Amino acid sequence: MVGLFHSDIKNPVLRWIDTRLPILTMVQKEYGVFPTPKNFNYFWAFGGLAMVTLLIMIATGVVLAMAYTPNTTMAFDSVERIMRDVNYGWLLRYAHENGASMFFIVVYVHMFRGLYYGSYKNPRELLWILGVAIFLVMMATAFMGYVLPWGQMSFWAATVITNLFSAIPVVGEPIVQWLWGGFSVGNPTLNRFFSLHYLLPFVLFALVFLHVAALHITGSNNPLGIEPKGPQDTLPFHPYYTVKDSVAICVYFIVFALLVFFFPNYLGHADNYIPANPLLTPPHIVPDWYFLPYYAILRAVPSKLGGVALMFGAVLILFVVPWLDTSKVRSAKFRPIYRVFFWVLVISCVVLGVVGSQQPVGIWVPLGQVATAYYFFHFLLLMPVLGKLERTLPLPESISHAVLGGGPLPNGVAAKPMEKA
Amino acid sequence: MSATAHAPAHGPGPDVTKRDFLKLVAGASAAVGAGAIAWPLIDSMNPSKDVLALSELEVDLSPVPLGSGIIVSWRGQPVFVRHRTETEIKEAQAVPLSELRDPATDAERVKAGHEQWLITSAICTHLGCIPGGIKPTQPRGEFGGWFCPCHGSQYDTAARIRKGPAPRNLPLVPYAFETDTKIKIG
Amino acid sequence: MRTLRPTLIGAALLGAALLGAVVTAAPARAQEETEPSVNWSFSGLFGTFDRAAAQRGFQIYNQVCSNCHSLRQAYYRDLIGIGLSAQQVKDLAASKRFPALTEDGQPTDRPGLPSDHFRDPFPNELAARAANGGGLPPDLSVIVKAREGGPDYVYGILTGFIDAPAGFKLMPGLNYNKYFPGHQIAMPQPLRDATVTYIDGTSNALDQEARDVVTFLTYIANPELEERHRMGVKVVLFLLFLTGLSYAVKRKLWANVHH
Repeated sequence: MVGLFHSDIKNPVLRWIDTRLPILTMVQKEYGVFPTPKNFNYFWAFGGLAMVTLLIMIATGVVLAMAYTPNTTMAFDSVERIMRDVNYGWLLRYAHENGASMFFIVVYVHMFRGLYYGSYKNPRELLWILGVAIFLVMMATAFMGYVLPWGQMSFWAATVITNLFSAIPVVGEPIVQWLWGGFSVGNPTLNRFFSLHYLLPFVLFALVFLHVAALHITGSNNPLGIEPKGPQDTLPFHPYYTVKDSVAICVYFIVFALLVFFFPNYLGHADNYIPANPLLTPPHIVPDWYFLPYYAILRAVPSKLGGVALMFGAVLILFVVPWLDTSKVRSAKFRPIYRVFFWVLVISCVVLGVVGSQQPVGIWVPLGQVATAYYFFHFLLLMPVLGKLERTLPLPESISHAVLGGGPLPNGVAAKPMEKA
Repeated sequence: MSATAHAPAHGPGPDVTKRDFLKLVAGASAAVGAGAIAWPLIDSMNPSKDVLALSELEVDLSPVPLGSGIIVSWRGQPVFVRHRTETEIKEAQAVPLSELRDPATDAERVKAGHEQWLITSAICTHLGCIPGGIKPTQPRGEFGGWFCPCHGSQYDTAARIRKGPAPRNLPLVPYAFETDTKIKIG
Repeated sequence: MRTLRPTLIGAALLGAALLGAVVTAAPARAQEETEPSVNWSFSGLFGTFDRAAAQRGFQIYNQVCSNCHSLRQAYYRDLIGIGLSAQQVKDLAASKRFPALTEDGQPTDRPGLPSDHFRDPFPNELAARAANGGGLPPDLSVIVKAREGGPDYVYGILTGFIDAPAGFKLMPGLNYNKYFPGHQIAMPQPLRDATVTYIDGTSNALDQEARDVVTFLTYIANPELEERHRMGVKVVLFLLFLTGLSYAVKRKLWANVHH
């Protein structure tokens, strides 16, 4: 469409802008009056929390980069200088470091919420796929960020993770040397990781924009997994969910603050306060907690290529979840059997995390294998088969109907009967 | 708003007022919180503790020849240390204040008893270049002090601005004589 | 309420699961005797450094540890944070000699300044190894953060030197320490009863000496700790207030919505 936009904004200056570039109308439409199901629980706040975290990470990251030096001889000292000399440097660095953990906590809850309530199902498949892409980029960003302080864990994490690619037949070795820019992890590696660590968050930001854009086409899912049937089922996003999300953000900040101010190194590894030493591998190396389940999957099979393939497969499988789950019903609330298996999946992921933190000996080996097997069983077999066989509970007629306990609808709120979802 | 529309049974008046007040307080508190988050980000770009710790500099004056001077670096900024001749001191003292753009007596710009030592910032008050003239071989302008190569500001032998676009004299820096041949800047 | 209950249960389960994962994510400690748990002045939400202990700890570092261990991230001016006066710090720094160049480019030395980093005991790593039987004494700047167990672990090492149990095969040049992983440590016992004499008359028993030097090293590793704790208390209180406020706004706003 060509021509000026017909803006409803009264203020002449804002109106002048809006007729030429209707961003104000867009914000009003997408974040003001945007009809949002009225039955969200607090799990629906985690998308917003992830957004807040991304902004915090970018803000602290940009100023940290002003004081950080991406050179192997100076990186460790420059981080210590940030901690000691830069004004509030300790706060920024601890917030950035723990912010990564908070980001993963929030995103994992967000993903499990999607799995529980079937938020990936038609018509929200692309929304989910963009989410998985965000998750992948996030993992790459977190990994490269972990390398920057150039402690022992940084160096050996970089070595181990880049070596994963050497499992690829034939081209593995050249790829790894290309990643390193040399014959081992060294200064060129650190430099490019810094560059990419600065770049990827903006890629992340673009993906989040698409994720949100897709969300605003399909509208949000909700705990009942049925589509809103009219205005009686929805509320304007503002003020109802801006305010509700604010409560969640406050609580989230309390947890974040407790970590940063009182337990800033709790989730980190002591070894990363030892400067990198390419001649000495620490006796017990593990990734940061958010990668532990994948680490356990990597070690579940006694084959280099097999382990790497399984590990990447565990993430990539998420891309096709919308087609693996054959059930017509979204919310696990109405899927009595799937609901149980959902929790089995959660438990198996936690078990994988614990296994990943332990030395691969004794009971941990079979435990990791069982949990890995369940993970793939859940997605590859259970989801397609159960979706066909399960007898689901009857769905409520509408959101407001369910909210009012299925009783007679009060006047004014009542709506015409609507077609089934 | 829809909240009141849904509930005609409740007295909407006081309810709404109370909510508006709460909203106001919550909004104001959130703004305070946002400001508190922004401050560390901004302040981190100010000079850091290690930079501020380098705020003292000792300078040995004995090698500085009469009629010439040296440039030392204090907190990363250049500082002129000039050993003035008798003639230069007399010239500076003789200038009537009425002729000066930024009036200051020569006595105000040196330490009593050490009139031969002129210690000032080396940064031209126009746009930050370093004026020439600390060595006698450099052009010193019409007033025998300094001549700034960037835009032609001219300073006299007390580093006072006499001609050109610079608005003020070369700023003084804090210093003290530790001995007759040693000063501490900062 | 009908929708709240499953939500809460779900939240609790998911929270517990994640917390469990996070807690167990801490790497398994080597199977050694665990070091004693000391009640430090700086632990807890309101913890601060015991200034006198930290100053005594500096005395130990200065007289004993600094012969082999560097503290290269720390500055002499950091000592102001444990209660030394500016003049004391200046005099102390001036008593150390730092490499410098003369006017004509010849190597010489100069007195230290408060803005200098603590002087390394050895000019380079090779010299440090040569002087210590091949072992490299680790830098102590962040030692309490760089070891699992933190201050307790460092305290344990300092107080953990005992005679090797009968039958234990000790490698030549190594020493037995009950808290060191593998028990064989290159460092000979650095502190004993009365290794230093405190001018403030505090007991110089080994236990006290170890506590003092660990307090000092914890300060050096976390010079921001007191500011962090103070700020943290304020931030959390403010956030609790803001949470209450926003929850009240939310309750009012949603009071008439059936959801």
